[in-house]
Amino acid sequence: MADKHDDPEQRAQHIERLDQGFAQAVPHNRALGLRFVDYDKGVARILLPYAAHLVGNPESGVLHGGAITATMDATCGAAVFLRLGAPTPIATLDLRIDYLKPATPPKDVVCRAECYKVTSNVAFVRALAFHDDDEDDPIASAAGTFIIFRKGGKSAMQGQKAVP
Amino acid sequence: MSLIELVTRAKETGDYQPMIEAIPYARFLGISLDNSSGEMLGKLSFADHLVGNPVLPALHGGTIGALLESTAIFQLMWEAESVILPKTINVTIEYLRSGRPVDTFAHGVITKQGRRVASVRVEAWQEDRTRPIATAHAHFLIRPADE
Repeated sequence: MADKHDDPEQRAQHIERLDQGFAQAVPHNRALGLRFVDYDKGVARILLPYAAHLVGNPESGVLHGGAITATMDATCGAAVFLRLGAPTPIATLDLRIDYLKPATPPKDVVCRAECYKVTSNVAFVRALAFHDDDEDDPIASAAGTFIIFRKGGKSAMQGQKAVP
Repeated sequence: MSLIELVTRAKETGDYQPMIEAIPYARFLGISLDNSSGEMLGKLSFADHLVGNPVLPALHGGTIGALLESTAIFQLMWEAESVILPKTINVTIEYLRSGRPVDTFAHGVITKQGRRVASVRVEAWQEDRTRPIATAHAHFLIRPADE
């Protein structure tokens, strides 16, 4: 289980594996430059580095909401995986994003997502996006639900997201 | 040219492409607008870097969300009498089917336009418009560009 990685070296290696699986192996996450930075049981922390091609307003240099949405979606999915603890296909049912304030250019954005409840079929996730460690002054918040395709279970959706 | 000028020009000429080209993120994703049918459609041209699941393969949910939100914003600017720059308050995306590796289209309908807040419902589809892959409902703060 993820929370058994108390040894700093093992932990760093696990973060590296998660980064490979969630950030590098997913083409759009790689295109966004996402980096998996930390984890806990049911919690994922992913960094969106500030980049010129992700700007939504060329005058202010503020990142586009879409880049934040994509990062939130990816981080929420990762949190579900970390909660389930085993590779299980999941798919996003819905995702609500509240934009609380514009991101400050040229700062990176950190997203922390927590899967706080799983039932046999559904995972519930909440997430915040912020700068540095400033969780008290968030840029955006999100709430998402994911359908879980457990082994032997029927798929309610056609599409599945294979989680590494 | 400033963003306001680009929006003003787009409204005058009906050609929104120069405005979209000025938005780096829209260029990065490959979002364009098509109003040849008299209906404003947002389009996300498929490209490999939009994939979220290489196994299926399927579009990343975030790219579909970005198309839905952008289309809603363009619809608001299109229908508004004056030049406005909508600011997203929130967006709720429902994922209905996985997005296949083909072009995706979206259309927004303004469900309520108040003085300060507008609500837009958006739908995204691929080859078959009767089988949407995602819908969204979003709220925007709208303010005249000169405020």
